[in-house]
Amino acid sequence: MSDRSTNHPLEISELVKRYGRGETAVNGVNLTLRRGEVLALIGPSGAGKSTLIRCINRLVEPTSGSVKVNGVEVTALGRGALRRARRGIGMIFQEHALVDRLTVMENVLSGQLGYVGFWRSWFRRFPQATVDHAYELLERVGILEQLDKRADQLSGGQRQRVGIARALLQDPSILLVDEPTASLDPKTSRQVMRLLMELAAEHELSAVINIHDVALAKLFVPRIVGLRGGVVVFDGPPSQLDDARLTDIYGEEDWTAAPQADAAEGDAPIHEATPSSAAHALAPGHAAAEAADRNGMEPA
Amino acid sequence: MRGLAASGSAGSSAANQPLPPSAAALRGQPWRPRPVVANPLLRYAIPVAALAYLVAASASIDVNWQRVALGLERARVLFRGFAAPDFTSRWAFIQTGILESLAMTVVATALGILLSVPFAFGAARNIAPLPVYLFCRAFIAVARSFQEIVIAIFFVVMVGFGPLAGALTLAFATIGFLGKLLAEDIEDIDPRPLEALRATGASWLKQMSYAVVPQIYPRFIGLSVYRLDINFRESSVIGIVGAGGIGGALNTSISRYEYSTTAAILIVVIAIVLLSEYASGVIRKRVQ
Amino acid sequence: MPTTIRGESRIWRKRTPRQTLITYLGYLLGAIALAVALRFISGQTLWFFVWDAPQQAGDLISRMFPPKWSYLAKLWRPLWDTINIATIGTIIALVVAIPVAFLAARNTTPHPIFRQLALLIMVSSRSVNALIWALLLVSVIGPGVLAGIIAVGLRSIGFCAKLLSEAIEEIDFKPIEALDATGASGGQVVTYGIIPQVAPAFAGITVYRWDINIRESTVVGLVGAGGIGLPLDASIAALQWSQATVIFALILVLVVFSEWVSAKVRAAIR
Repeated sequence: MSDRSTNHPLEISELVKRYGRGETAVNGVNLTLRRGEVLALIGPSGAGKSTLIRCINRLVEPTSGSVKVNGVEVTALGRGALRRARRGIGMIFQEHALVDRLTVMENVLSGQLGYVGFWRSWFRRFPQATVDHAYELLERVGILEQLDKRADQLSGGQRQRVGIARALLQDPSILLVDEPTASLDPKTSRQVMRLLMELAAEHELSAVINIHDVALAKLFVPRIVGLRGGVVVFDGPPSQLDDARLTDIYGEEDWTAAPQADAAEGDAPIHEATPSSAAHALAPGHAAAEAADRNGMEPA
Repeated sequence: MRGLAASGSAGSSAANQPLPPSAAALRGQPWRPRPVVANPLLRYAIPVAALAYLVAASASIDVNWQRVALGLERARVLFRGFAAPDFTSRWAFIQTGILESLAMTVVATALGILLSVPFAFGAARNIAPLPVYLFCRAFIAVARSFQEIVIAIFFVVMVGFGPLAGALTLAFATIGFLGKLLAEDIEDIDPRPLEALRATGASWLKQMSYAVVPQIYPRFIGLSVYRLDINFRESSVIGIVGAGGIGGALNTSISRYEYSTTAAILIVVIAIVLLSEYASGVIRKRVQ
Repeated sequence: MPTTIRGESRIWRKRTPRQTLITYLGYLLGAIALAVALRFISGQTLWFFVWDAPQQAGDLISRMFPPKWSYLAKLWRPLWDTINIATIGTIIALVVAIPVAFLAARNTTPHPIFRQLALLIMVSSRSVNALIWALLLVSVIGPGVLAGIIAVGLRSIGFCAKLLSEAIEEIDFKPIEALDATGASGGQVVTYGIIPQVAPAFAGITVYRWDINIRESTVVGLVGAGGIGLPLDASIAALQWSQATVIFALILVLVVFSEWVSAKVRAAIR
């Protein structure tokens, strides 16, 4: 499985992505993640967040710069080595990255395709250990009963959870999350964010979460990186993200308007880890927000 | 460590399967994907039947391999003919044939489009009364079931050899083609505009032109242009039974082994087909 | 839906003056073409025979009925041949059309050159009628069912490949991206990402073409390429119209049956 020995599973140095027409999406980004550290990437649309995330596993080819995953220089890998490296990088997309006509179980198992030969994967003969792991993950994200349902029969929140289970089945060392809450209602969004943070803690995963909802980011994630025009303009804890810094990132705006109350219906409640294992790794303020949520009140 | 899975998603599991208790209970149980065909009997019967069919069918084809070997030599002559197409020696026949084909196509498509409209309306369940519906559906079914060349045989008997028979044949086939598709379109329309117009007391003709026609018009144009295409292609073969067009010259050149002429004819036909396909693609894109 | 201002009032017309002009020009051109074509056909027609038509029709019908039902006994083998020509021809066409479709689809083609090649194959196959292919093949490899199968197959390659490539171009690429991100190989991405998305379209296209091919297969025998067209040709040549009627009835039943099968299968796939 994945290499957990390094202390810095992700090191990005002077990363640049320039498109042919002179448009520069990422302009010299430097980022380092410690093991188990979760980072939220915020910024206006077009700031380069999606591009940056996709450069890490080379779904987008960087123009220059270095990306080291577990000490391995990803940008220098050939095709076969890149595929092997991608096994250790879990990626979670918005809900539509599932294969609609396949069942939940098949979608989740496809996370292990990098470890299984072509014919075994054709006949869906995955090793029993993988199948058992899949059962556990499905139960952990709360959709074990749906395992033989076709993916297009699920709701948005359920599909998102399948995507999460698929990424985790890879047993990755780092997690890339691209807009996990973009098409979800407020309550489901919080459930998904909570789940992601708990899972990252349980599996000691480092994660980069691309997210547009600043309030959610501040609520759940201990480190926030603001991107604007392809350049990092903020890197620190949520407490330092005041109005002035938000303006740096997004431009002029009235940041004091209160967010709406969360009253929408959600899906089956997601399993929560036992408090002892999860609590110590979570961001400060999270526990309070948790409690407020469960009481149905707005966060303080 | 953990209790039972949350049963919040009530009623969503398959009706006859018990809820899987937990991952711990499932551990060690192999997983197989759900089979494509649910009925196990059918699942094995279908591939067996398919295999049996293929074996039987292949066995029934008796190939005269000697003849095929001889044919390879003839194929070489054919390719040589294609490499050097001869447009000149039979140009008069080619010219007449192509002009006939074009003329047949134009007349047949125009006539066919015109006549298919009443049949289509008559074959739409939501517009036509039952006896009219049954008659029109039957007529369209017959017009569609027979390949154009079979219909051509009839018309040749009735009106003699020549492009008139061909034009009538293709018109008849067009009625079948457009009639069915148009009738299906009419049956698929949003009924609300029609109901609304009926409620205003508009005459039947006005109801059709304001509620039905606008909904089917773009596809109708597209289908008509498509059928124009098909009609030209068909017009190049029905000459084999004497219904005019280039088919006659084509048949003659092949049976006389004058492959260079065949090549010339085919090149002209293909060129026109490509042209008309391109034009029809452009028109359909602009209309829809 | 443009509005023009005339004097003090706004006039609404469905089309701009320019569009109206173009539309009328189009109709005018069409009418001219029609007139020319009619003239031409009329010039080629022996009107003497046309005035005879109702009488001929009546004569024909009287000779067609009553149908010679006993002839049915000789038609089972040709019927079986016809079905085989259509089925095996479609299968062969599919085997060739699938790789051609992948080469032709903009999103799966390895190189633009392959795409052009695939498009060329598709276009040549589609422009030539199955009957013409049959004529050529009978001339080259001799009469028989084999010529019919190859003729039907050749024509179907272009049709199927075109529709298949359109289905491939329409797939959702996000799941493909996700599968790439897990480290799956190219073959696995095709198996898990592309095949499930195009499978229903593939099946539908195959059955649709088979249905059309049944119709084509009934007539390739007229030029010697096997199937029920052979006895049809023989009967008509011998002016045995009562036999021909039986064949027509059989063809009608066959086509209706194949359409029913095709509709059922396509409904089940959805």
